This record gives sequence, structure tokens and C-alpha cells, in this order.
Amino acid sequence: MRQEVVLAMLAKEPSPGYQLRVRLDRALGPLGEAINAGQIYVTLGRLEKAGLVTRVREEERESDLADSKVYELTPVGQERVSEWLTEVSWPKPDLAEFHLKLVAAAQAGLCDPVSIIDAQRRELLRRLRDVQHAVMDEPADSDVGLLLEGIVLRFQADLRFLEACERSWARRRKRL
Amino acid sequence: MGRPDGVVRACGLAKAYGRGEALVRAVDDVDLEIFRGEALAVTGPSGCGKSTLLHLLGGLDRPSAGELWLGDRRVDQLSERALAELRRHEVGFVFQAFHLMDELTAQENVELPALLAGHQPRQARRRARYLLDLVGLADRADHLPTALSGGQRQRAAIARALANEPQLLLADEPTGNLDSAATLEVLRLFEALHAGGLTLVVVTHDERIAATADRLISMRDGAFVNETRLAGGTRGRLADLMGLEES
Repeated sequence: MRQEVVLAMLAKEPSPGYQLRVRLDRALGPLGEAINAGQIYVTLGRLEKAGLVTRVREEERESDLADSKVYELTPVGQERVSEWLTEVSWPKPDLAEFHLKLVAAAQAGLCDPVSIIDAQRRELLRRLRDVQHAVMDEPADSDVGLLLEGIVLRFQADLRFLEACERSWARRRKRL
Repeated sequence: MGRPDGVVRACGLAKAYGRGEALVRAVDDVDLEIFRGEALAVTGPSGCGKSTLLHLLGGLDRPSAGELWLGDRRVDQLSERALAELRRHEVGFVFQAFHLMDELTAQENVELPALLAGHQPRQARRRARYLLDLVGLADRADHLPTALSGGQRQRAAIARALANEPQLLLADEPTGNLDSAATLEVLRLFEALHAGGLTLVVVTHDERIAATADRLISMRDGAFVNETRLAGGTRGRLADLMGLEES
């Protein structure tokens, strides 16, 4: 799991580590089972060292639970989250990471998930165009044509996923 | 009004069917400009209005509202007769199911629009031969459509659509009935025609067809929801585009 995922889960509001775990579980459902809580704390420690998150001082908090170290994003951390949201993850998309981008953007009100999907879709269409032209330039029965065909099919599948994302998030936006 | 480089200009274009509760806005207040030599793709799920839009642009159907210009001529209020004239001379249509006449050879199918437009038979024959050669079917000119493969039939249909040198070629799911090899034949032909300066509008639900255009418009519920300029591509190296190299 990328550090940015943990960062982005903090974008909504300062939170204790276990709360991040809850958010990830909610966003990923059965896929979230693979994430162990220790990993989140290790990542938070690294992010703190790197100056991307900071720990809110304990006495400022009402709660006195043992597990109540509350983390928040520093300005640098906020910037990193914004960058991560607009990064184009194709040609090797991590679908779960992309999904978390949309969830984080919506939860924290950082930007419209539909605009993230749009940017990815444009990029993917341009790539599809280039590969499709390469396919058209190959003679029939070319072996390379077969490889290119495979890449086109994968791009198409990714585009369909993005379309499904777009439909779903556009609908949610309408309801708000 | 029409700009010299604009082939099509639509303003507030709409097409509605039915009334009251049953009113369907197939095309809902669409603004569109298509430039000379441009290849435009319109995509969207079935029922989004993309075919209706194409029919409006080609004069196969009349808008319920809005203005439509073809070149510098306003065409949304033309008489039935003038509209038929327009369809014959200004636009070429390509359909998913080819719509060739099964009783006529490829050559005769391609000659037909020129004959209907009042050209001399000899002229029509010459033009048809030229077009069949252009689409790579010179040696199939005397075949009936049933003796042609799907890709060949569609190429014959494209030749027919070009018979009267239209300003605009409109294609509705042109590869919908074709396998992937035949789809490539048609795409290569479109590419060559586009390179030759033809203005092309392709309606398709297939992203890989759409991605070959200069500009892509996505439709939903009769309206444009997205427009992407694709011309120029990514200019990246192909291997990077495909993720074949470690980043």
C-alpha cells in the first residue's frame, strides 16, 4: 500500500490511527482485510519523520484512550495528497488505489471525483489512440499486431471501469 | 453566419418524441461545431441519442428545435424536397448493416447515388470504378454483396457514400457488424479518407473506434457530457504507453 493512501485517509480530518483503518475497511470492503493495522502505524511513523503528518498534542484531546494519538496533515502533506489525486496511474493502474483516490477526494471535499475520473479517461483515450494507430500500421497477421491487440483490449477494459466510476460518482454528486 | 472552415454548426439542436409524461428528449439542446477535415467521434450507451444526432446532421430527421447549418446554409427549415436534395449531394451515410442492394453488384451499388442525382451513366460508372479502387475493391466490382466479406461490404458501402462527393461522411456504428480484422480494414480506410481531407463523423459505442478520431464527444440522455481532444496523441514512446518498461 502506498504511503499516499494513508495520507489521503487523513485528509478529511485529524484522526487517530485506528480511524484510518476503519475508513480503509469501509472503502475497500473485503479487499481491506489484507491491510494490517501495524502497517498503518509504521506508515504513519514514516510520514511523520518525513514531515507530511504531525501528531496533535495529547493534552489538546479530550479522549484519554491509549490508542488516541491523533495525526493530522502538515501543509506539505496536504500538497502531497493533492498531487497524488491528479497523478495518472495508467498504464499500470492499481484499481484499489484509484478507488481510494475517489473516496478520499469525496470524503475530504478536496476535489470532485468526477474530475479525477475525467482526467484519467482522457489520458487513457490518448494512449488507446496511439496504440490503435500502431495496430492499424501493422500488416494483417503480424505477431506484433496480436500483442498490440492485447494492449488495446486491456485499455478498453480500463475505460469501461472508468465509465462505471463516472456514472456512479456523477449520480452521487446529483444526490448531494 | 457559417464560418468558412465549419462544415456543421448546430445551435440548441433538439429532437423530442412523444408528449407530456411520455416525452423523450432524444437530443437535448446540443451545440456543436465540426470543422472541415475533422474526424469526430460521438460515443455513449445505447439510447443516449447519438444516432438521432447523426440523423439530424444528415437530414434524415428534422430537429424539434434549434438551428443547423451545413457550410453556410441553414438546413433545419428546409422543405422535404430540399432536404432530399441535401442528403443526395452534401452528406454520405454509412450504416452498421451496410444497406447495400443485394440484387446489384458492388459497382452498380456505388453507381446508384450518382444516377439518382442525375449524372450521366458513363460518368457514374467512371466515378464508381475510381471509388471501388480507392477502397481496395477494384477486383470485386462485379460481385454481388452476398459474395463479399463483411469488411468488403462495408467498404463498398463507404464507396457508395462517397459517390456524390459529399462534404461530410456520417457513419453509424460502421464496425458494429464486423470482426476485428474487418474493423481494422474499415478504420484504415477512414484514416486514409481523413488524411485526404474528408470530414468524418462516426457514432460508436466502441472506444477503440472512437479513439481514432481527432475529437471525441460523449453523450448521455441526449446531451453532451464530455469532450476530449485526441489529435496529437500522447507523443510518448509506445513502449512507455503500454507500460512495457519499468518506471
